[in-house]
Amino acid sequence: MSEIAVQVNNLSKRYTIGARREKHATLRDRLVSGASRLFGRGTGSEADATNVMWALRDVSFSVKQGEVVGIIGRNGAGKSTLLKLLSRITAPTHGRIEITGRVSSLLEVGTGFHAELTGRENVYLNGTILGMKRAEVTKKFDEIVAFAGVEEFIDTPVKRYSSGMYLRLAFAVAAHLQPEILIVDEVLAVGDADFQKKCLGKMEGVADQGRTIFFVSHNMQAITRLCKRVIYLEDGQLRLDGSPHDVVKTYLHSGLGTMAVREWLDPVKAPRGNAARLWAVRVGTEEGQYSDQIDIRKPVGIEIEYEVLQPGRKFRGAIDVYNEEAVLLFVAHEADPAWRGRIRPPGRYRSIAWIPGNYLAEGTMIVNVSLDAVEPLDYLFKVRQAVAFHVVDTTDGDSARGHYAGPFPGLVRPLLKWSNEQDLSVTQER
Amino acid sequence: MAQSESIINSPRRKIILEKRSGLLRIDWAELWEYRELLYTLVEREIKVRYKQTAIGVSWVLLQPLIAMLIFTAIFGRMAKMPSDGIWYPAFILTALLPWAYFSQAITRSGTSLVSSANLVTKVYFPRMLLPLSAIVSPLIDFLLSMGLLFGLLMYAGIPLTWKVITLPIFILIAMLTATGVGLFVSATNVKYRDVGHAIPFVVQIWMFVSPIVYPVSLVPERWKLLYGLNPMAGVIEGFRWALLGKSAPDPFMMGVSIVMVIAVLIGGVVYFRQMEREFADII
Repeated sequence: MSEIAVQVNNLSKRYTIGARREKHATLRDRLVSGASRLFGRGTGSEADATNVMWALRDVSFSVKQGEVVGIIGRNGAGKSTLLKLLSRITAPTHGRIEITGRVSSLLEVGTGFHAELTGRENVYLNGTILGMKRAEVTKKFDEIVAFAGVEEFIDTPVKRYSSGMYLRLAFAVAAHLQPEILIVDEVLAVGDADFQKKCLGKMEGVADQGRTIFFVSHNMQAITRLCKRVIYLEDGQLRLDGSPHDVVKTYLHSGLGTMAVREWLDPVKAPRGNAARLWAVRVGTEEGQYSDQIDIRKPVGIEIEYEVLQPGRKFRGAIDVYNEEAVLLFVAHEADPAWRGRIRPPGRYRSIAWIPGNYLAEGTMIVNVSLDAVEPLDYLFKVRQAVAFHVVDTTDGDSARGHYAGPFPGLVRPLLKWSNEQDLSVTQER
Repeated sequence: MAQSESIINSPRRKIILEKRSGLLRIDWAELWEYRELLYTLVEREIKVRYKQTAIGVSWVLLQPLIAMLIFTAIFGRMAKMPSDGIWYPAFILTALLPWAYFSQAITRSGTSLVSSANLVTKVYFPRMLLPLSAIVSPLIDFLLSMGLLFGLLMYAGIPLTWKVITLPIFILIAMLTATGVGLFVSATNVKYRDVGHAIPFVVQIWMFVSPIVYPVSLVPERWKLLYGLNPMAGVIEGFRWALLGKSAPDPFMMGVSIVMVIAVLIGGVVYFRQMEREFADII
């Protein structure tokens, strides 16, 4: 099992930004720039040519067969580029990769799906594109269809599928790949929570079979659950490579990753004071689901679960919410009229702070939680970066953003009441 | 466990990715390994082509039939184009079918990479499979439409001879030419979309420099060498020879054509390999 599966040495990838990448160069552009160079003018296109971006710079690591490696980092840190290089989609500018074994990559769900073809035809198409043999697809066909739960519609063109069915079928094909090395981009972010759970379970199964897996995700829970090792990329360079615990901690402390649930089952490690100890901090929705992806329009609950150890004390929970630039957005103390000033007898408690919908801006929110005993005041514990979540706007048109998809600044994003009226008392100027 | 066994037993190939690989190194083993993907891509193209059409595959017969009628009316009747004494509809259809195959093959392969950009940027496979599948898939249309031609020959009372068995040779020449051109065009189209716009014109011009509406006997003797540079001239002459009993194609002209085919093919492959590594970044 100690055989090296992937050896990466001094890997770099350079992209040229500007004319070439932004728009497709036309022969005309080329002729024009050639002509202007001829006449000693127009340095514009030459400036473009020198406008290069290193998506990945001097990255080296080696992965043993059977290792499950998570890759984390902020958007633009080079994660996708690394996956594209490993999966041979694009070629390195410098450096070298040695891969031993059959590679399948899953950078997108449903690559090659054709809307006009039926579910059955697409399973074969997608399967072979992802590197399966047709016989292999035939063997697993029933399993794939059952996993996706689309038995009745398998001979219907996929253009008639709901988006959920489409994604489930696409993922089901991918989930049945059996390469020696599997490269997976953030594909677990599809479908509903139940399906995501199913996918994660499937991935764990794949990992248990001794396959080498590279797994990119923003979901730190999934990363820590699946991976035995995590590589943290920052600005195209390898910042940290180590155990999930250490790397994810560093990452979360840099205010980037998200983590909807933190639990402390071991009483020794749990944050605590004399009067109480922390059990868990969770981020959830009104529907009672824990999630690190929060719809901007929906309230989000920060749940603090703790155990009171001493009798006769009064408590006050608090949260501090920061955005990804580490700007403190607000502090909120517990304000539940039913419990204010009341003694809490020993036992388990759950305090939930509800941040209203249409209040936070889009992006990553990092939450510190603390619990104090009051009268007399006693700081019990404070957990920095306890949980983090992403606020997302689906741009359905009913948020403050409306249908506008461009950059939208601001620390908060309230949905204001706007009123409009046409003033009919003035005559229109011509 | 059966699954883990298959991992251990499968031969493990080492892949090395570096900045530069050889000029004309085609990984034949890899192409062979991916042959099923080629079938699948061909199958996809064929299936998708006639989905949601009312008369479906009938188009394969209708298109050459209509073209034959139009060409016969304009060139045969109105322009009184000579046809070496052969009944004009048979004369033109014998040329139109291999030409239709060829023009379909270069048009479809020329745009194959760009129209499958989502595949190119999301998954690895030998990129050559995309233009290749577009070269193969119109063969099916071609074979079906050959039925139409045989029907027409029977109707005209032109007997089939042993020469029919040489047809695959000429089709092979057409395929190889289309492959060379298709590789070149598709790779260029990734970077310069102008190519996509230019293809229809090139195909049209190419059609008129091929002996389709007119017989090759109309070409002055001193131009024959130059004319032979167009491999499709040899292909069409070959078809007429094999099916209509016309005189055999000029062996010198055929020789020039074959040299040309090989040159185009090698050039296409080298160029494609050269451009291939950039595809995903610029497509």
